[in-house]
Amino acid sequence: MLIRIALKNLLGARLRTILNVFVTSFSFFIILLMSGMYDGMLQHAKNVTIDTEIAGGAYWHPNYDPLDPMSFEDAHAIIPNEIKLLVDQKKAFPVLVSQASIYPGGRIMPAILKGIPPDQNIVNMPTQSLNGFNDGTIPVLIGKGMARNTKLKVGDSFTIRWLDVNQTYDANEGTVVYIMDTENFKLDMGHIWVPLDIAQSMLAMEEQATYVTYKTGLKEVNNKGDWIIRDVNYLVQDMEAIIEADKPGAQIMFMILLALAAMGIFNAQVLSIFRRGKEIGTLMALGMTRLRVVMLFTLEGGLNAVFSATATLIIFGPVLLYFGVNGIPLPLDYTEMGLIMAKRLIPVYSIGLILSTTILVSIIVLIVSYMPSRKISHMKPTDALRGKAIA
Amino acid sequence: MIIRLSLLLFTLLFGQKSQMTVEQIISAMDKNLNAKSRIMKSKMIVHGRRSTRTIESRNWVIGIDQAFTEYLSPPREAGTKMLKLDDKLWTYSPQTDRVIQISGHMLRQSVMGSDMSYNDMMEDKPLQDLYKATLEGSITINGRKHWIIYLEAKVKGLSYPMRRAWVDTEYLLPMKEELYAKSGKLLKTATMADVKRIQGRWFPSRFIYKDKLKRNSKGTEWVIEEISFDMNISESRFSKAMLRK
Repeated sequence: MLIRIALKNLLGARLRTILNVFVTSFSFFIILLMSGMYDGMLQHAKNVTIDTEIAGGAYWHPNYDPLDPMSFEDAHAIIPNEIKLLVDQKKAFPVLVSQASIYPGGRIMPAILKGIPPDQNIVNMPTQSLNGFNDGTIPVLIGKGMARNTKLKVGDSFTIRWLDVNQTYDANEGTVVYIMDTENFKLDMGHIWVPLDIAQSMLAMEEQATYVTYKTGLKEVNNKGDWIIRDVNYLVQDMEAIIEADKPGAQIMFMILLALAAMGIFNAQVLSIFRRGKEIGTLMALGMTRLRVVMLFTLEGGLNAVFSATATLIIFGPVLLYFGVNGIPLPLDYTEMGLIMAKRLIPVYSIGLILSTTILVSIIVLIVSYMPSRKISHMKPTDALRGKAIA
Repeated sequence: MIIRLSLLLFTLLFGQKSQMTVEQIISAMDKNLNAKSRIMKSKMIVHGRRSTRTIESRNWVIGIDQAFTEYLSPPREAGTKMLKLDDKLWTYSPQTDRVIQISGHMLRQSVMGSDMSYNDMMEDKPLQDLYKATLEGSITINGRKHWIIYLEAKVKGLSYPMRRAWVDTEYLLPMKEELYAKSGKLLKTATMADVKRIQGRWFPSRFIYKDKLKRNSKGTEWVIEEISFDMNISESRFSKAMLRK
C-alpha cells in the first residue's frame, strides 16, 4: 500500500525524480568504476608478480632485504638441504643477488646483479636467452626500461664492476643477449640478469644463493634452516600499500559525488514536505498515523536508490562492461613510478564491491530521505490541512 | 777537492738507492707517505662531464686508524664531517643533523661524487703489510728514473688485489699507480705531482685519481695546501661528539 503510493508520488514528480536518480546513478557509476580500477590494478599487479617473479613464494636468506641493497653483501649462503632438494627436482630455482656498477657508454651506473638458472621455467622470464653464449664475456639479460636508461641494445658490450665475497674488486665485460619486455619493473629497473653459475663464480660464492623461488602449490618444507618463507601475500604487500596510499584521493571524490546526490534528494524531500502540507494533513485526517506518513516520505526518497541502481545498470552498465572487457588505456608508463600497471587497465567488479557500493548508496539515500521527513511527526493535522506545513 | 768529495758522496748515496731491495723501497715509500700524525688543509677538485666542483677540507690524522675530516666549502658541503676509527666511518651532515655510519658496500662508493672511494681514502695501511712486491724494471720518465714495482695482495679483503707502481728513485714515492681488478682489468690510476720537501720527507702536493672504466674521465684532483707531520693532536678530536660540534 505504502509502496504503491510512494511510487505514484515519485513518478508524478517527473523531472525532479529524473534528476535525482541521474545524479545518484552517476555517483554510483563513478564509485563502481574507480573502485573497480583499484581492484583491477591490484589484481593485475598480483597476477604479473606471481607470473614473472614469485610463483608460489620464496625462501629468503635471513639477511636479505630487497629494499636495502646494503643487505646484499651479507645475504648469501649454501641453500639448506630440503630447499636444495626442491631445486634438484626442478620445483624451485635459486637466485644470487649482489650490487654492481655498470659502465654503459663509459658512464657509471649502480645496478643489481642477479644470477638465475637459464633453464628455469617456474617464472615467466626469458632466461633461456642466457644459454649458449660463450664469447668470453658475461651474457646479460636486461629489461626494456633498463635498456632505455642505459641506451644499450642487443649485442652491446659494457663493463661490469663488482665486489666478490672477500670485498675485492673485479670487473669484466658483459654483453646484452636479450632485452625483455616485462610489466614487472622489479625485474627491469636497475637490474642485470646473468646465468647463476657465472654469478656464483664472479662473486666467488659457489653453490650459494640469496633466495629460492618455488612453484605454486608446494607446501612449506620442514627443515629450511634459518631461511625465511615469504608467501605471495607477503611479496605483494608493498604493491597493496602503494594502491592503498592512493585510495584516499579517490575516496574524497566519492564523498563529493555522494554529497551532491544526497543534497539533491534532501532538497527534494524538504520541498515535498513544504509543498505537500495539505496532502499530509488529509492523510492524517483519514487516519494515517504520523509514523506511517514519515515512512511514506522516507520510502519515496529511498526509492531513489532503487531507481538509481536500475538506471546505473541500464545507462552505465554497458560502459562498465566495455571497460571491464577492453580495459581503459592509460596515458602514462607507470613502470618508472614503481607500479606494475598494464598499458590497458582492466577494472575488476567483484560481487562484494557491487553489494557494498549499493548498500552504501542506499543507506545514504535513506538517511537523507528520513531526516526532513522527521518534521512531519511534529505537525498538527489541522495546520497541515490549512496548508501550514511546518510550525 | 770539494767537487771530488761531493761527487763521491753523491755516488755513494745514489749507489745505495740503486741497490735497495724491493722491500726496502716499499718500506721507504710507506715511511714517506705515512706519519705518526698529520694535520692538513686540502681541496678536492672533482672534474665532472659538464662542470668542476672544488671541495675544501681540513684533516686530522693519527697513524692509520684515526682520521677526522671537516669540509669547509662549498657552502652546501660546509660543516659536513667524517670520522674514521679503525675500519669504521661516520659522517655528519649539518643539513640533517644526523650522524650516519658508513659500512660495507657503501665504503666502495665515491666520496662526494669524486673518483675516490671512501675505501681509497681509508686504505692507508703500510703497503708492506698488504702486498708482495716484485721489481719489474726501471724507466725514465720526464728525465727522472723510476722503478716499476708490481704489488700482489698477500692478505684477503683488499679492494685492489693487484697494483703497479712507478716509484721515483729519488723521492721514493709512487708517482704513478695503476690499480687492478681480480680479473686483471685496470680500474683506477693514481698519480702524484708537485713533490716538495716537508719536514725532512718528500711529499706530493697533488694527487690525481682517475676511474679508468669511465670514458673521458678527467678524474679527481686532491691538492694538499698545507700539511704538518707528527703534531700533537688531542684524542678528543677523534670522538663522535666532535662530529656535531
